[in-house]
Amino acid sequence: MKAYETVIGLEVHVELATKTKIFCGCSTAFGGAPNTHCCPVCTGMPGTLPVLNKKVVEFAMAAGLAMNCTITQKCKFDRKNYFYPDLPKAYQVSQLYLPICRNGGIEIEVNGVKKTIGIHEIHMEEDAGKLVHDPWEDVTLVDYNRCGVPLIEIVSEPDMRSADEVIAYLEKLKLILQYLGVSDCKMQEGSLRADINLSVREVGAPEFGTRTEMKNMNSFKAIARAVEGERKRQIELLEYGKKVVQETRRWDDNKDTSFAMRSKEDAQDYRYFPEPDLVPIEISDEWLSEIRGRQPELRDEKKKRYEKEYEIPSYDAAIITGSKRMADIFEATVAICHKPKEVSNWLMVETMRLMKEAEMDSEELNLSPEKLAALIGLLDAGTINRPVAKEVFEKVFKEDVDPKEYVEKNGLGMVQDEDLLVSTIERIIAENPQSVADYRSGKEKALGFLVGQTMKAMKGKANPGKVNEVLKERL
Amino acid sequence: MAEMEVKMIISDETITYVAALAKLSLTEEQKERAKADLGSILGYIDTMNELDTDGIEPMSHAFPVKNVFREDVVTNGENREELLANAPVKKDGCFVVPKTVE
Amino acid sequence: MELTKLTALELAAKIRAKEVSVSEAVEAQLEQIEKKDSLYHCYTSILADEARARAKEVQKQINDGTLTSPLAGVPVAIKDNICTKGIPTTCSSKMLEHFRPPYDATVVECMNAAGTITVGKLNMDEFAMGSTTETSYFGVTKNPRDITRVPGGSSGGAAAAAAAEEAFLTLGSDTGGSIRQPASFCGVTGIKPTYGTVSRYGLIAYASSLDQIGPIARSAADCAAALDVISGSDKRDSTCVDREHYGYLNALTGDIRGMKIGMPAGYFAEGLDEEVRKSIYQAADVLRSLGASVEEFDLKGVKYAIPAYYVIASAEASSNLSRYDGVKYGYRIEKFEGLQEVYKNTRSEGFGNEVKRRMMIGAFVLSSGYYDAYYNKALKVKALIKQSFDEAFEKYDCVLGPTAPTTAMKLGESLSDPLKMYLGDIYTVSVNLAGLPGISVPCGTDKSGLPIGMQLIGRPFGEKEILRAADAYEHAE
Repeated sequence: MKAYETVIGLEVHVELATKTKIFCGCSTAFGGAPNTHCCPVCTGMPGTLPVLNKKVVEFAMAAGLAMNCTITQKCKFDRKNYFYPDLPKAYQVSQLYLPICRNGGIEIEVNGVKKTIGIHEIHMEEDAGKLVHDPWEDVTLVDYNRCGVPLIEIVSEPDMRSADEVIAYLEKLKLILQYLGVSDCKMQEGSLRADINLSVREVGAPEFGTRTEMKNMNSFKAIARAVEGERKRQIELLEYGKKVVQETRRWDDNKDTSFAMRSKEDAQDYRYFPEPDLVPIEISDEWLSEIRGRQPELRDEKKKRYEKEYEIPSYDAAIITGSKRMADIFEATVAICHKPKEVSNWLMVETMRLMKEAEMDSEELNLSPEKLAALIGLLDAGTINRPVAKEVFEKVFKEDVDPKEYVEKNGLGMVQDEDLLVSTIERIIAENPQSVADYRSGKEKALGFLVGQTMKAMKGKANPGKVNEVLKERL
Repeated sequence: MAEMEVKMIISDETITYVAALAKLSLTEEQKERAKADLGSILGYIDTMNELDTDGIEPMSHAFPVKNVFREDVVTNGENREELLANAPVKKDGCFVVPKTVE
Repeated sequence: MELTKLTALELAAKIRAKEVSVSEAVEAQLEQIEKKDSLYHCYTSILADEARARAKEVQKQINDGTLTSPLAGVPVAIKDNICTKGIPTTCSSKMLEHFRPPYDATVVECMNAAGTITVGKLNMDEFAMGSTTETSYFGVTKNPRDITRVPGGSSGGAAAAAAAEEAFLTLGSDTGGSIRQPASFCGVTGIKPTYGTVSRYGLIAYASSLDQIGPIARSAADCAAALDVISGSDKRDSTCVDREHYGYLNALTGDIRGMKIGMPAGYFAEGLDEEVRKSIYQAADVLRSLGASVEEFDLKGVKYAIPAYYVIASAEASSNLSRYDGVKYGYRIEKFEGLQEVYKNTRSEGFGNEVKRRMMIGAFVLSSGYYDAYYNKALKVKALIKQSFDEAFEKYDCVLGPTAPTTAMKLGESLSDPLKMYLGDIYTVSVNLAGLPGISVPCGTDKSGLPIGMQLIGRPFGEKEILRAADAYEHAE
C-alpha cells in the first residue's frame, strides 16, 4: 500500500452565549416547550425585520482577536437562500462577502509537537430551528426555539493531518471560547458542532485529493472515530483504483462508518446577496481597542500564572485551567481561603473522582467556592478530620449542602473533650492486653490496631493524630 | 424602442433550473411562456451593459447608515398561540411538515 | 354638506370644531364605500364594525383633550400589504388570503395613535408586483375617472379609493412607482418618502431596499399631515433612521419664490405621450409664475434605471417571497406527496403569474455564475443613478417631470406583455433606486378626461421642498 496523508479542515459552528437571539429580543435559553422562545421576527412572519444584537458583533470580534484574526472593520450580512422547514424565512442571514474575521490561526500541541492551524475566517450567522420526527403520524414537527440563536462559524484552513490534531484543535477552540465567555460550548446541547472536510492524497502529492464533508458532529469521540473511519474508506477506494466522490456524508457512530446523504433534490445554489434589511457594520479603531482591552486572561497565560503565583505543579495547573469552569472555581475559592494547594488538591482528587463517577463534563460542574472554602476552613481548624471532610465534600458536591451546618447537624465534629479521649484510650488499653504487649515488644503495627479501636469507639470523631499521641504516652 | 427586440435565448434546462430554485412546478405551456417572457425581459436587462461601470462601487444601500444595533436584553415573552394561529397544520405546539428527518 | 368630499384636514377641523362627530364621518365614509365599491372594487376588506366602535373611542379622546392630532377622527384605509393585527392582510394574493398578522405595522400604530379610523384594507397588485392592480387575486380595481381603465398600480386600490371619495386618506407602498403612478392615473396626490423616512416594520416586503410606505390623498397638505404622523425612526427597522426635521405640514408656506427646478430633457423624448408632455410644460409655467425657476438639464444614465430596477427588485423579491411555503402561514396545498410537493405545489397554486415571473427572474440573476453580471452590475448602475441625481441637486432644489409616460391604460391591455408594462415605470423607478422622495401631483387631463400627473423629485430628505411646491401648485389655479 502506498503512503497516504490525510488533509482535514473544519467548519465549527458555535452558539454564542448572548441572552437574546441575533435579530430579536427572544431568549436563547436552551430547552423550553416548542415554539415558546419565538416571536414574529425569528419565525419569519411577513413584514418583520431584523435588528442586530450588538453583543453578537462584540463576541465575534473577541473570538477573532483571540484567534489572531484580522477584524474586517467594514463588514456586512448576506442572505443565503434555500428551502428547508427549519429555516422559516427560507434564507439564512449569514456573511459571505465580508466576514467579520479573517486570516488567523491558533497553536495546538500533539505529542509535544507544536503546530499552527490557520483560521480562514469567522463569520456571524443565525441558527436554524429543530425538526422532530413524530412517530405517531409519520410527520415532522417544527420547533423554532433555536431559530435565530446567534452563531459564529469558524472555518479553518485544511491544516490538520490526523484525528489527534483535530481533537487538539477543537479542545483549544473550546477553551478559547469558554475563557472568552463567548460560548458555553456544550456539545450535548449543540452549542458546538463541527463539519469535517477530509481528503487523502499520496504523500508528496502537490494537489489535495477530492474531499467529503461530514456535517454536524457533536462529540469529540465520534469526531475522532469519524476522521479515522473516513480516512480508511477513502484510502481503500483509492487503493482499489476508485475515485472519491465530492459529497456530504453522515457519520453513523454506531455502525462506525459514514453514509452518503441522500442528495438533496436540487443543486446547492444559495444565491447569496447583501441583506437589504440590515445596514453595514463599521468597526472603529476605538471600538476594536475597547474589545481588545476587555479580552480576559486566556488559558495559556492563566496556567503560567497559576504555577508562578500559586506555586502549584504544572500538571495540576494544566488540569485546572483545562476547564474554564474549574479555573473559575479554583480562583474564587482561593480568594476566600488563601490556600491554593489545598484547593488544588480537592479539585484534582475528590472533584475529579466524583465527576468521573457521575460522567460529568467539567463545564457542568456546580461546586460552590464558598462551600469548598468553608470545608477547607473546618478541616484547617481541626473541627473535622480528613476522612469526615471527604464525606462532607461528597455531600457538598452532590447536594450543595452547607458544610458547617451539615457537620453540626450530623454531629461529625471532632470530639474536643480530652478527658473523654483519655478515658476511652484507657479502656481500649485495658480491653486489649495482647496488642499492648505486642507493641511493647516492638511490633509497631499493633499501635495502628489500637488507634483504629479508639477511633471506632469514638465513632470516628477523634483526631487521629491526637489519638496516636495519647496512646503512645500511655503505653 | 429598439432594445425591446433584443431577446435572450432561454433553454429548457435554464427554465427548469430556475423554476426549481424558486420552488415552482410549471406545466409545459407555462414553461414555454416563461421562456419567452424571461427571454425578452433579460434581453432588455442586458442593455445595462451599455453603461460603463468600471471602478464604480456596487451600492446596496442608498444612504450611508451604519451600525444600527439593539442591546442584548430579552424583550419578548411567550406567545405561541399567536405564532401558530396562521399555521395550516399544527400539532403539539409545533408546525407540521411531511416526514423529512432521516 | 357632502362630508366625503372634504379633504382629511378639513374634516378633522370640523370634528375639532364639533361641527361633525367622528361617528358621522365614519358613517358617511362607510355609506360612500357601500355605494361605490361594488363598482370600483378598491377594498379587499371593509371594517365597518371595527370602525364604528373605534369612532366612539376616538370621539371620547378628542372630547377629553387627549387627542389633538390634526388628523384625529379621520377615516382612512390601508393598502393590504401593511399588517393590521388580527385583520386579514392578504397582499391581494391567494397565498395570504386568510392571513391575520399577530401584530400591527409601525405605521398602523402611528395612525392609530394620531386618532385616525381604519375603515378597510385596499386592493393592490399581488405582492405589489404590477402597475395596474390587475394582478390582484381578488379582481381588478377600476379607475373611478373611467371604469374601462386601470387605476394604475400597485397601490391601485389606495389611489382609486382616494379619487372615489371612498377614503379621505390612504396609505400605499412604493417600490418602483406604486404610489405615484396610480396617484397620477386616478388624479390624486401621492408621495413616496425618502428611503428610511417611514418604518417598513409590518410592510410585507417586495424589494426591501426600495420599498417605502407613503400617503395618497386629495391634497398635498393631507399627504404632509399623514407623513408627519408616520415618519420617524423605529427601533424595529434598522434602515429607518432619525431625522432632525419633520414638520411637513408646517413647511407648506405657499411660497416657492427662488426655488430652482430642473427638468431632465431626456424625460421628454421617445415614448412620452404628447398630451402628457404638454401638461408638464404647462405645469412648469405655473411654477415659474409662482416665482420658481425651471430649466432643462441632462440627467445621465436614467435610461438604465429600468433594467437595474428589475434585477434588484426581482432578486430581493425571490428571496423575500420564499418564506411562503405552506408551513407557517398562508395557503397550503391539500394533496401532496412529501415535502417537495408541499413547497412546489403550494407556491405554484398560491402565487399568480406576475409574482412567479419575478421570482424566476430573481432566482436567475442571483444564480451561480450570474451574480456579477446582473446583480452586482445593477448595484453599480444604481450607484451611478444616485450620482446623477446628486449632481442635479447641486444645481436644483427639485426635479420636475411626468409621473408616467401615458394616462391610464384600458383594462386588460397590459397583462399580455410584461416588458411593455415594465417600461411604463421609466420615470418612477430611478427615484426608488436613488432612495429619493417623489410626489405625484395632478396637473390636468388629456382629451378623454383622464388625469395626468407631474412628478416632483426631491433631495434626500427633501420632502418639505416637494410638498411645498406641490401645495403651492395646487393653490395656483
